[in-house]
Amino acid sequence: MHGTISSAQKPRNILTSAQLPKYTSIAMLVASMAVAFGVLALFESATGLMGVLLGSLIYLVSNYALSASVEGPRKAKDRLALNIVTAFFILALFPLVSVIWGTLSKGIARFDGEFFGSSMRNIVGEGGGAVHAIWGTLIITGLATLISVPIGILTAIFLVEYGGSGKAATLARLIRFLVDVMTGIPSIVAGLFAYTIFSILMGPGTNNGLSGASALSVLMIPTVVRSTEEMLRLVPNELREASYALGVPKYRTIWKIVLPTSIAGIVTGVVLGIARVIGETAPLLVTAGITASMNLNPLANPMATLPVFVYYEYTTPGADPTPYIDRAWSGALTLIIIVMGLNLIGRLIAWKFAPKAGR
Amino acid sequence: MTTDTREPRVDEPSSAPTSLLRDRRRFGDSLFKGVATGSGTLILIILAAVATFLVGLSIPALTAPGDELPYGPFWSWVFPYAAGTVWAAALAMLFAVPVAIGVALFITHFAPRRLAQGLGYIIDLLAAVPSVVFGLWGINVLAPMVQPIYGWLNSTVGSWPVFSLIFGGQVSGTGRTILTVALVLAVMCLPIITAVTREVFLQTPRLHEEASLALGATRWEMIRQAVLPFGTPGLVSACMLGLGRALGETMAVAMVLSPGAGFHFQLLTSSNPNSIAANIALQFPEAFGLGRNQLIASGLVLFVITLIVNMAARAIVARRAEFSGAN
Repeated sequence: MHGTISSAQKPRNILTSAQLPKYTSIAMLVASMAVAFGVLALFESATGLMGVLLGSLIYLVSNYALSASVEGPRKAKDRLALNIVTAFFILALFPLVSVIWGTLSKGIARFDGEFFGSSMRNIVGEGGGAVHAIWGTLIITGLATLISVPIGILTAIFLVEYGGSGKAATLARLIRFLVDVMTGIPSIVAGLFAYTIFSILMGPGTNNGLSGASALSVLMIPTVVRSTEEMLRLVPNELREASYALGVPKYRTIWKIVLPTSIAGIVTGVVLGIARVIGETAPLLVTAGITASMNLNPLANPMATLPVFVYYEYTTPGADPTPYIDRAWSGALTLIIIVMGLNLIGRLIAWKFAPKAGR
Repeated sequence: MTTDTREPRVDEPSSAPTSLLRDRRRFGDSLFKGVATGSGTLILIILAAVATFLVGLSIPALTAPGDELPYGPFWSWVFPYAAGTVWAAALAMLFAVPVAIGVALFITHFAPRRLAQGLGYIIDLLAAVPSVVFGLWGINVLAPMVQPIYGWLNSTVGSWPVFSLIFGGQVSGTGRTILTVALVLAVMCLPIITAVTREVFLQTPRLHEEASLALGATRWEMIRQAVLPFGTPGLVSACMLGLGRALGETMAVAMVLSPGAGFHFQLLTSSNPNSIAANIALQFPEAFGLGRNQLIASGLVLFVITLIVNMAARAIVARRAEFSGAN
């Protein structure tokens, strides 16, 4: 990548063509930031954000100009691309850091024993907690997992093990397409679907935990199918054939060879699927509803869940909004910890037990 | 199909004596196959049920005369919401796509190889943040942060001829405008676009890249010659997947936006066009009777919009999978 022969100039010696030393970029970045903050300080309007923005802009332009004059336009463009791409990456990190920091700093106020020890029953104003919502989230997500995991895994087995040829292949192609379509169902539409089914089965206006769980299943099944399918495809065909050669029937081969080989990946997919639906708000808002007291029965009466709890605490505060908003942030913090924890567990399982892929 | 899962030949001439073992084995096989096929078919049924129930419960609202509906005639009622949904999602794409491409390029081609995977996980963490938390963040952190910028934009370019259509109007004092919503949506669909784009960029044939570098191209020239042309179809479908998510996102919009009536393009006012999903979430708990039907019908409209976008995305991906014989 050292050749800087531009067509307009006479060929230069590759080994001696001008190059900026490696520390140039860092030195220029520091200098640009210093200039930016200096200029802003003169106008006495320096906020950190503006300084960083201005500094980055100065750096982008000056680095390009310097490189263009010393190294030639092609290398300068290369540098500009590197700088812009890096800037975009840092820009993408900003909301992540900001969300986590904001939730931590605002949620810590009510992140206490009472929050995890009491429900909102008979609470107006201060105090109270989200234990009913945490239980609701666990029950509803657990039910959704119970519904979606068998369906999802069996469907993936059908797609990979049986959907290879003949009539099954057509069905498999259709299912694969529809699973993709299902991935794109807006969560609120899944909620409306569960709501309509349950209002037909159990009378109009039914709010209960099971309808919430079925709404979440609609969202969770496609994730489980997709991840399991990918994992099953990673199982080397030689393993299956070795098993067949020993006279093992197909279903036992799947059960004893294919599934154990890919179980880590499947578990990871399930955990990530749970992490996806556990933070869903909109479908639970229309299906499970909200209540102030503990309800452990998913078949009757509304059931509070953590995301819906956060939403209602924030949008319908009392006369003094502070305790409500504090509770909302603590709920958000709990939710983020649960979801990120699940993600971490999923990644850890994947990393620890990953089958050695060929690539 | 890449995996070839041929069954071993077990069928023999029918005259052969069938042992007990054989029968049991066949029973187990057909049972297992039946269960697997059944659960695959169940997915078809679920999706058909979603469509049927939505259509069935929408019909009362679609057929009732306009003055009987609680929110007014259906199509003129739903239009501003549909337009608002598309407008907010399109703006979000405008912010998210360049950043997502940049991030994906950074992770696949610029970052140190050893760090790359870890950096990918970090961006994926954004996908783990629940939407209700993004809603809280949008109201409390992002909106106050961008409000001064909105004020400045409004006072400088808000009175220019064409710009006034977008930046004009009475600037919002809280920053809870459709532009903030678009920013939040951009953050929310960034991870999915990045993840897909990253995969696509990684699949660029190694030989194309090395050929380009061997001809003396700089890294950026190599990316323009080898990576981007190869990845364009994948990029398009990644964007459409992100668009699908932005269209269907509910809570962030419902919480952050301060909605108003009707549709207009102005980004900085406190009376914004609402989205279908957010409107359902806001109205549904209080609605009853025909009102619920009307909201469900608007959900059907949203379903159709996202369905079209997602199907288009998948069609592009599928076509690419068939023709990319590069490796």
